[in-house]
Amino acid sequence: MKFTYETKKDTRSGFGAGMEYLSQNNPKVVALCADLIGSLKLEAFIKNSPERFFQTGIAEANMIGISAGLAIGGYIPFATTFANFGTGRVYDQIRQSVAYSGKNVKICCSHAGLTLGEDGATHQILEDLGLMKMLPGMVVINPCDYNQTKAATIAIAEYEGPVYLRFGRPVVPVFTPENQKFEIGKAIHLIEGTDVTILATGHLVWEAIQAAEILEEKGIKADVLNIHTIKPLDTTAILASVSKTGCVVTAEEHQINGGLGDSVAQFLAQNRPTVQEFVGVNDSFGESGKPADLMEKYGLNAAAIVEKSIKAIARK
Amino acid sequence: MQTQELKNVASQVRRDILRQVHACQSGHPGGSLGCTDLLVGLYFNSMKLAQDANRKVIFNMSGANEDVFYLSNGHISPLLYSVLARRGYFPVKELATFRQLNSRLQGHPTPHEHLEGIRIASGSLGQGLSVAIGTAQAKKLSNDASIVYCLMGDGEQNEGQVWEAAMYAPHHQVDNLIAFIDENGQQIDGPTEKVMSNRDLEAKYKAFGWNVLRMDGNNMDEVVATLAHAKSLLGQGSPIMILMKTEMGAGVDFMMGSHKWHGVAPNDQQLADALAQLNETLGDY
Ligand SMILES: Cc1ncc(C[n+]2csc(CCOP(=O)(O)OP(=O)(O)O)c2C)c(N)n1
Repeated sequence: MKFTYETKKDTRSGFGAGMEYLSQNNPKVVALCADLIGSLKLEAFIKNSPERFFQTGIAEANMIGISAGLAIGGYIPFATTFANFGTGRVYDQIRQSVAYSGKNVKICCSHAGLTLGEDGATHQILEDLGLMKMLPGMVVINPCDYNQTKAATIAIAEYEGPVYLRFGRPVVPVFTPENQKFEIGKAIHLIEGTDVTILATGHLVWEAIQAAEILEEKGIKADVLNIHTIKPLDTTAILASVSKTGCVVTAEEHQINGGLGDSVAQFLAQNRPTVQEFVGVNDSFGESGKPADLMEKYGLNAAAIVEKSIKAIARK
Repeated sequence: MQTQELKNVASQVRRDILRQVHACQSGHPGGSLGCTDLLVGLYFNSMKLAQDANRKVIFNMSGANEDVFYLSNGHISPLLYSVLARRGYFPVKELATFRQLNSRLQGHPTPHEHLEGIRIASGSLGQGLSVAIGTAQAKKLSNDASIVYCLMGDGEQNEGQVWEAAMYAPHHQVDNLIAFIDENGQQIDGPTEKVMSNRDLEAKYKAFGWNVLRMDGNNMDEVVATLAHAKSLLGQGSPIMILMKTEMGAGVDFMMGSHKWHGVAPNDQQLADALAQLNETLGDY
């Protein structure tokens, strides 16, 4: 199957569109933001439902606590900010007041990973997926494009329990269907192949598709899956794929330590030991730069996935 | 309940606190004893709680259409557990399991084990006021006229998140909220004035936009009167802060006057000496 796209959009705008939908369709959804309304694309939600929006100011810890309190009162709070401030900065608040307390809070964060670009390492969190997936009961989702982010935003409002939804700033190809139904924890099989499994999440999904096309020209057939949900992991789909291919490459805009690749390796080690290569950031911080340049420098693009795929096949 | 009855309950609750902490040889008696009169006054007099046809309390996680209390300084859990049990939320004999393996009465309160009366985990200090504000706002959104209460420690005021919440509540006119600070002047490493002075909490909260009241938190008549007065001030745009002077270890002479009993359990002899000062009004578990 050939994937094409007509436009490029940012995934955070997909989130904004999902929130706009929820403002009209789910009266229990409330939104909170720590002085980043524009970055989170919340304008439409606030315009439609001003009484259901809470500006917390630059006070993320307080925002998490208030969200927990709103959840107790029967609302579905979407707590929003940049990924660094919505996870690492408030880890203890999320751990105690949301995860351990089992609250129906959606932590929705933009500007995750290297692709926020010029702001540099202070803002480029590459540890958030790991931090969040380690919390018992936390669902962790990293959609790949505008349409999927919109669908995921709508879907998590229907799900009862704590969720971390991660998205980003750069415009990326919109290639998944409009108005798709998002199923939490269900991987999407994008390309059929028998030589190598490529499991990608977030912005790396499009790169994985590109990589598969390059591999195809080399006579290598890649089996490509969009792992939009890191937790719970779709182990059934992963097992079926690696049973066919015998090797796997994981690709994510995150530290290799603690990310999607880690979860896949842990699962396969116990169930079907498989040769694995990792596309991710290798134990370093990011830096300022243009998103595409950073992704290239840190080895997070189609070329890197191709290289690791060839390596994985050779190690079979 | 009349004041004398409340005092009787408080005496029993203090016994429960000491016996819980003694049984597992861990926990925090000092702050628990100091805040006993407040929690008894709240749960047995001031708060509107959901009840069944037989006037037995029933627990709903949402707290809709009833008053909700949050304990932010979760280390004084033996107090909250005793008050909840004595009020009828769960069997009093379950107090014997405090801090034991497989107990619902964890060292710090949590809804994780589905203990009736607990809606949020606390223990990591500084988070409760935010949660209380969230629930107060949920009540406003649902046109629910009931009240949210939140107790914090004075040492807990060191935490930055408290001041984020302090700034937020008046800004958003969260005027269905009554918060308390247990001004016992003590925290773990010593007197609050030495560890990290709060200076003038009244001036600080006033400057943030709170309506600030004071009370002697170990005088039941004053507790009941101040709670009633505070309620009369709700709905006027401002959250209410009650600065409550208490004595750490109140009710047990040798536990008062220092931070020594913040988190130390009495031995057998000390327990006996302490219990001799407190009437067994409702029967020990
Ligand atoms: C975030 C956090 N840091 C440190 C602690 C450890 N700790 C438990 S109680 C306490 C002192 C609290 O003082 P205060 O609020 O005055 O309570 P009191 O001693 O009066 O009971 C500390 C530092 C904690 N529970 N949470």
